[in-house]
Amino acid sequence: MADIAFLLLIFFLVSTTMDVDTGIYKKLPPIPETDQPDEEIKVKKRNVLAILVNRNDELLVNGELLDISQLREKTKEFILNPNNSEDLPEKHVKTVPYFGDVMVSKGLVSLQNDRGTSYEMYIRVQDELAIAARELKDEKAMSKWGKVYSELDKEQQDAVKKYVPMAISEAEPKNVGGKR
Amino acid sequence: MSKFRKDGGKDTPEISTASLPDIVFMLLFFFMVSTTMRDVELNVSYVQPQAKELTKLEKKDLVSNIHVGVPLRKYQKTFGTESRIQLNDKFATVDDIQAFIASEREARKEELRNKLTTSLKVDRYTKMGIIVDIKQELRKASALKLNYSALQGADEN
Repeated sequence: MADIAFLLLIFFLVSTTMDVDTGIYKKLPPIPETDQPDEEIKVKKRNVLAILVNRNDELLVNGELLDISQLREKTKEFILNPNNSEDLPEKHVKTVPYFGDVMVSKGLVSLQNDRGTSYEMYIRVQDELAIAARELKDEKAMSKWGKVYSELDKEQQDAVKKYVPMAISEAEPKNVGGKR
Repeated sequence: MSKFRKDGGKDTPEISTASLPDIVFMLLFFFMVSTTMRDVELNVSYVQPQAKELTKLEKKDLVSNIHVGVPLRKYQKTFGTESRIQLNDKFATVDDIQAFIASEREARKEELRNKLTTSLKVDRYTKMGIIVDIKQELRKASALKLNYSALQGADEN
């Protein structure tokens, strides 16, 4: 009996792995229908946070050279626009369940990278944006329910999501700075 | 005196092995439950990037993996040292991805096909060009659920 069990045990030890797959989850935008006319959606310049990453893994955010460590704060400031500044996104009144009528930012994050950008840098940028989004949500959830976002129930999470929207649009990459 | 000698002369009784199968079975079940089958032999090596805001991939059977990395040394003569795509057991090009997704869908039950997630396991020094091509192909194959596989990085705050 024990021999058979040992045999099976060794078989499973050898043929299986234990690692849990973790990663950053993203949804790709579907390919637009070809018969539809190409309608350019006009977005005001102040509503866009344009992040460019070149092939030397340098960051240009709205025309300003930035270090990756500053990106999180920059993004949060962009979405929140605490002083209703002229160059940061506009807000519009929106009715959100639980919160009532609130000012919701129209901001949009646009990410563009070069074909020579390293994958590591790309993931770091994505990660920083994700952290910024999570911290904003946590802040709102904390002030309303005294709990972090992940502990809320589904409806509350949806409400917070509507309150602090985080739209990231990824542009098709281009060869910034010439061919290698 | 003789009384003690008689006792000491006896062999020590052997440890009972009656519970051994139980212990081994317990271990066996533990490993059966906590592990998953190794899916493919890797022909490329990769070091995944680190990130902090991670989600766990829940249903392993609904994940298809695309590996991108530097070919192992034994393949470098034929495939070079630039990052390559590996689908299943073979090296592939970007054009093969749509067929790969189709076959992955085919292997799943009808009702689960739209729940398929693609996990990109990519070496951190890969250039984005190849990733963008893959993403474009995935969009064409309408496999829109994507996971950039990454490891838990150290938290600085």
